Amino acid sequence: MERVPLERKVLSENDRIAGELRARFQEHGILCLNLISSPGSGKTSLLERTLESLPRNDRVAVLTGDIQTENDANRLKRFNFPVKQITTGGTCHLDARMIERHLADWRLEDLDLLFIENVGNLVCPASYDLGEAAKIVVLSVTEGEDKPLKYPSIFFKSDLLVLNKVDLLPYVPFDINVAAGNARKVHPGMEIVKVSCLTGNGLHEWMNWLEQRRTAHKSLQETVS
Amino acid sequence: MRRETRQAAFLQEIMHEMGIANSVLEAVRTEMGLHPGTYPCKVGVRIGEMAAIDQEALRFCFEAIIQETDLASLELGIEVCPRRHRCEICGQEFIVRDYDSRCPQCASLETACISGDELELAYLEVEEYGASTAGAKSTQ
Repeated sequence: MERVPLERKVLSENDRIAGELRARFQEHGILCLNLISSPGSGKTSLLERTLESLPRNDRVAVLTGDIQTENDANRLKRFNFPVKQITTGGTCHLDARMIERHLADWRLEDLDLLFIENVGNLVCPASYDLGEAAKIVVLSVTEGEDKPLKYPSIFFKSDLLVLNKVDLLPYVPFDINVAAGNARKVHPGMEIVKVSCLTGNGLHEWMNWLEQRRTAHKSLQETVS
Repeated sequence: MRRETRQAAFLQEIMHEMGIANSVLEAVRTEMGLHPGTYPCKVGVRIGEMAAIDQEALRFCFEAIIQETDLASLELGIEVCPRRHRCEICGQEFIVRDYDSRCPQCASLETACISGDELELAYLEVEEYGASTAGAKSTQ
């Protein structure tokens, strides 16, 4: 019997493609953000609110993933930015190859910001690198405040937690401080913004975070080039 | 819940592990190309506590996809890796339990994660054809 050391990642093929995507995003100065949440937490609503408030000539695009239907792409196309639906046909996450394929007929030199809306799922998307600069996890107050403890991986790997649907706080037994505490147990120092995509409450905090990220990305870009 | 709905929910839940099991098997097949005259007995993977992989589901999927193939006797070894932190103040390394990331030596909260989200192929055990009387049958 001989034992051969393998010492590589299980998803090394995905990671290889993600690495190529990251290099292309870097080359074109694109900030890529990967949005992850349970189904129905408000990823699409957050993107609608975001696209609505960005200047019409902003260089932004969205790839949105679901198992079936073009519904999300149709919701997001109203804002006249490039939007493409990725239907996975059953797979519960997006992988780097799907991103590569769906970017094929876009001119990356025309973009500064790319949102990827992952398939609604708190588990699998955490394992698949898509070449993004950061993952963002969205949690709504109608879910449990212990979600970060139950699904630590995604909270651990995300730079920002967007707590959505805060307009419903008076009606649900959700302690926002407990939820934030749980998120920071898993990910000490995690940044958190509280928003309601319905009323618009707190969205300026999210837009500020986004603006800061874009500025930081741009200055990093200038230092590199 | 109706039986079909339950089954669909189960399949949805383990879809992730199915993808991982397939990737492990693909890696085994690629590696075997480098070892002519041998067959694979066991593949070892390392899974971090924070990797969001269910061990039992992975084992179930792995066994399902090797069934009735030439690799039906391939064993899967799973090593679970705990979340480890290193203290940025005193340098102590420790295992994090119950999300308590405070340094056990100096009580500092300034600690950084150094491992725990592994999803890695560790090793492959291969045997020369004819070397064992057990043949290609597993010793599991």
